[in-house]
Amino acid sequence: MIYDKGFSVNVTSPPAIFTKDLWFSYDSNPALEDVNITIPPGDFVSIVGPNGGGKTTLLKLILGLLKPSRGRAQVFGETPEQARRRIGYMPQHSQLDPDFPATVMDVALMGRLGHGRFFGPYSKRDKEIVAKVLEQVGLRDFRKKSFAAISGGQRQRLFIARALACEPDILLLDEPTANLDVVMEGDLYELLQTLNERLTIVMVSHDLGFVSRIVKSVICVKRKVLSHPTSEITGAIINEIYGSPMRMIRHNGERDCNCQNS
Amino acid sequence: MSEFLTDLQHYVFLQNALLTGVLASVACGIIGTYVVVRRISYIADGIAHTVLGGMGAALYLNRVYHWHGVIPLYGALVAALIAAVIIGLVSLRAKQREDTAISALWAIGMAVGIIFISRTPGYNEDLMGYLFGNILMVSTSDLWMLAGLDALIVISGLLFYNQFLAVCFDQEFAGLRGLRVEVFYLLLLGLAALTVVLLSTVVGIVMVVAMLTLPIGIAALFCRSLWGMMVISTILCATFTTCGLAVSYGPDYPAGATTIILAGAAYLAAIMAKWAVSRFRG
Repeated sequence: MIYDKGFSVNVTSPPAIFTKDLWFSYDSNPALEDVNITIPPGDFVSIVGPNGGGKTTLLKLILGLLKPSRGRAQVFGETPEQARRRIGYMPQHSQLDPDFPATVMDVALMGRLGHGRFFGPYSKRDKEIVAKVLEQVGLRDFRKKSFAAISGGQRQRLFIARALACEPDILLLDEPTANLDVVMEGDLYELLQTLNERLTIVMVSHDLGFVSRIVKSVICVKRKVLSHPTSEITGAIINEIYGSPMRMIRHNGERDCNCQNS
Repeated sequence: MSEFLTDLQHYVFLQNALLTGVLASVACGIIGTYVVVRRISYIADGIAHTVLGGMGAALYLNRVYHWHGVIPLYGALVAALIAAVIIGLVSLRAKQREDTAISALWAIGMAVGIIFISRTPGYNEDLMGYLFGNILMVSTSDLWMLAGLDALIVISGLLFYNQFLAVCFDQEFAGLRGLRVEVFYLLLLGLAALTVVLLSTVVGIVMVVAMLTLPIGIAALFCRSLWGMMVISTILCATFTTCGLAVSYGPDYPAGATTIILAGAAYLAAIMAKWAVSRFRG
């Protein structure tokens, strides 16, 4: 993770994500100021910060869903729009209608849109790819179940499967651990670690401590953005980000820490 | 009931009414499902009422200025498509003002219609028919029109099933996959507008609103896929219109109102049954 302004970009292999002097305002209030980040391919990054600090905004700028007021964002050296087919995106699932009449398979297949024709049914290959990713996230036996009938944890995994069905080079996950209990969270991180062997992963997370065990670097967003390798996360940094005293619990193991608002 | 069955064999108007119910059910089952899962029932209602303005204007031009080519249906179509585009763009671009825009169009459309009616000489039975309709007075050309509407809806529904599903479920994700979200959303609203207008002129606006929501509401309680919901709602819708006709025919009740009450009763019963089952199990 390179985060000071004097970085140079490797021309032969562009960074997975690169932003230069990126600003964004809702109306006239700046939500993000002067963001300069470079995420190399293969990284596993967690974006942390307080609610309303701009985590999701940063993700949406990277996706091209929002247009920066100033500066630019690049994904694999291309504009977000050009790079979209290489991005697997998982939104915050709370925004979606939990009673929607669709099966698990239906939802996962949406990841195959934009890969073939613009009308008609999905191809056999699409279905094979989706069967494979459902297997990977452990939802193979649930593929005919209704979206309304599966649990919160299964939905999170389903949305990861949908993002994987895009056959992406990078995964962008918005709060993948929201509404999960600790056991399910552990399973999820195990899955993400496996995926990180071949994919770059960027996820937004509200809890900093738990992720620091598995991610390689952390981007702290509170209007301004700071990047750290995970090993550098200290109580002082956490205080600065969240602006309130944090409790930090050391467990066995060097990088095992858990931070909560006290 | 037996009177209905005997007369059905002899009277063309009754056969037409029955066929109208079935044809309308196909359009309502498919479009109604999209409208309900995308949670835009009130958009369909808004379009349906805005249409009155267009019909009033067309009737006025027809009677007062003798523009004989301008029949109320054309006025209705123009008003509905304009309303669909305005509402669609407002809802895509400025989400927080969507309900205001719909209510405004709804009120203005109806007010315009009423002004034109008051300035139009003669008894304006067309507009009354538009509001409440009469399934027993359907002509053969109406039937062809409905068949054409069904064909259009079924073909677009089959071709773009996955695209519509994705746009209704998660518009943002669909857009990221390179889908032209706005085009599909406006196409869906356009089809809904067309359905509302054509069915309104045949069975009346109140009946359309009922048929676009009640059968789908029942199907939604039990279906886990979109196409299943479409099939079940179409079957339910056809059952209600057929029963409505049969029940109302003997005692000479208004057929549309009878159908709506039947469907409404079934909807309430289904909700209570579902509630009872979940309590019993839970």
